[in-house]
Amino acid sequence: MTALTQLTMAEALDGLAKKEFTAVELTEAHVRAVEAVRPFNIFITETPDAALSMAKASDERRAKGEAGPMDGLPIAVKDLFCTKGVATTAGSRILDGFTPEYESTVTSQLWRDGAVMLGKVNLDEFAMGSATITAHQGETVSPWSPGAPGAWERKIVAGGSSGGSAAVIAARAALGATGTDTGGSIRQPAGYTGTVGIKPTYGRCSRWGIVAYASSLDQAGPMTRTVEDAAIMLRSMCGFDPKDSTSVDMAVPDFRAALTGDIRGLRVGIPKEYRAEGLSAEIAALWDQGIAWLKEAGAEPVEISLPHTKYALAAYYIIAPAEASSNLARYDGVRYGLRVEGGNLKEMYENTRGAGFGKEVQRRILIGTYVLSAGYYDAYYNKARQVRTRIKQDFDEAFKSCDVILTPTAPSTPFAIGEKMDDPVQMYLIDVFTVPVNLAGLPAMSVPAGLGADGLPLGLQLIGRPFDEETLLRVGHVVEKAANFTATPPFMG
Amino acid sequence: MSLDKATVAKIAHLARIKVPDEELESLAGELSQILTFVEQLNEVDTKDVPPMTSVAAQKLRRRKDEVTDGGYAAQVLSNGPETAEGFFVVPKVVE
Repeated sequence: MTALTQLTMAEALDGLAKKEFTAVELTEAHVRAVEAVRPFNIFITETPDAALSMAKASDERRAKGEAGPMDGLPIAVKDLFCTKGVATTAGSRILDGFTPEYESTVTSQLWRDGAVMLGKVNLDEFAMGSATITAHQGETVSPWSPGAPGAWERKIVAGGSSGGSAAVIAARAALGATGTDTGGSIRQPAGYTGTVGIKPTYGRCSRWGIVAYASSLDQAGPMTRTVEDAAIMLRSMCGFDPKDSTSVDMAVPDFRAALTGDIRGLRVGIPKEYRAEGLSAEIAALWDQGIAWLKEAGAEPVEISLPHTKYALAAYYIIAPAEASSNLARYDGVRYGLRVEGGNLKEMYENTRGAGFGKEVQRRILIGTYVLSAGYYDAYYNKARQVRTRIKQDFDEAFKSCDVILTPTAPSTPFAIGEKMDDPVQMYLIDVFTVPVNLAGLPAMSVPAGLGADGLPLGLQLIGRPFDEETLLRVGHVVEKAANFTATPPFMG
Repeated sequence: MSLDKATVAKIAHLARIKVPDEELESLAGELSQILTFVEQLNEVDTKDVPPMTSVAAQKLRRRKDEVTDGGYAAQVLSNGPETAEGFFVVPKVVE
């Protein structure tokens, strides 16, 4: 029998239903895998005891014929989701010692459907980053790094900010993981680690109980090894929540039923502006390959134009920091987390926030404070929101002539830890293909499509119409089949 | 756009973040880089374009004005760095 950690969620559900193994056995195998991947620094908090008791309860439910749609599946949770009784840090020192008294809506739905929690995984501090290197708890190393764990020839980034989520799946230490995506934080790490990640339409998944970064852009989503697994997990994560004022009251479809394999006649938009400078020849070739795969399956590629693409990053780096500066005002040393004393209240605030926030978070709060300050609000913040309208209009226009859009996930292959770190703007450019999607609130996913010359994974991105995750999944499934991505990280032998 | 040290110190104060004097210079450089980068937005014609207020095509929902939650002060206070008698404790603010 295949090792239990190698199974997909769909296979594991099948094996559990056929009583080939129990949820406890499946969980024990994953708890051992979690211990084995410690050199990669993926977990911030391991919860093996909770995992085993959840697995035991799952077996009992299954015995009574009450198994839920994800019953017994061990998953990891990005340490941005509040989990009742389990420390939640957002990768920041400022949340030192914070143990939520409540559970985020998304994770509570996963537990409702029977999933088992292995622990909380690493991220960039407050989800601000593209490499999972800025957390107070240290950087996560990609399981794809060449060399023996701990003695790597080159330490590769797992992408970010959901890098721990991507790494844990790639390393076969969880069947799936939750991620969040504000500017590409699910799709880019999925692309960098050969895994599948979906950012649903804004409003699909409740944001309640997720540590906020930029509320008008943040969206939770599933990260898994296959498109089918993403469909399974997405269904449990979605749904209307009155506690999130931007949650959309819409029925949640059975996403798995969308995987028909039939994309005949579907029009696939290829945005010409994404061929811009900075796109490596290797990735351009992979993109062409993706177009060829979809054509072979009966889809029709059409050239589209998204003229404001080049301005998306600039708009993002005003809007996201502006919202962050407001959202992160709550960390003041009074209600939770770190407090560094001072001579008076103001000094206490300044000392706490100076010591508690890392450099990148401070930079973004300062930029946000500046662009919202008197005299600059119109020039920066309002201008960015007008450009955001333009970007949304570009997509509305494009979707008149296509049903789904295909692009690369990232403009280059995963880089090594230490590279691209001197200049913040260089790091921001990694998200050039993912950020426009958040600004427009659209659903998008990354599907593994191949390996680069350096042996590291590359992903293709699909972008859909609002609330049309089903088309996204159907096309993603076809790409997945054509790419037949079976490579595994080198440390697995 | 280039920010000077004094401006960065002022923003840091507004944001209630203590930045050591010796870091102001390099921070001014980094923030200026970002602001220069975002200035390309001025190339976009946004005349008569409404600033986006919500990406979802829906209005904010209204609900009945009634109490639906609460009554667990101990839980609310449980993560406070310093609490006493049902309150968060902060340094004295009245002279």
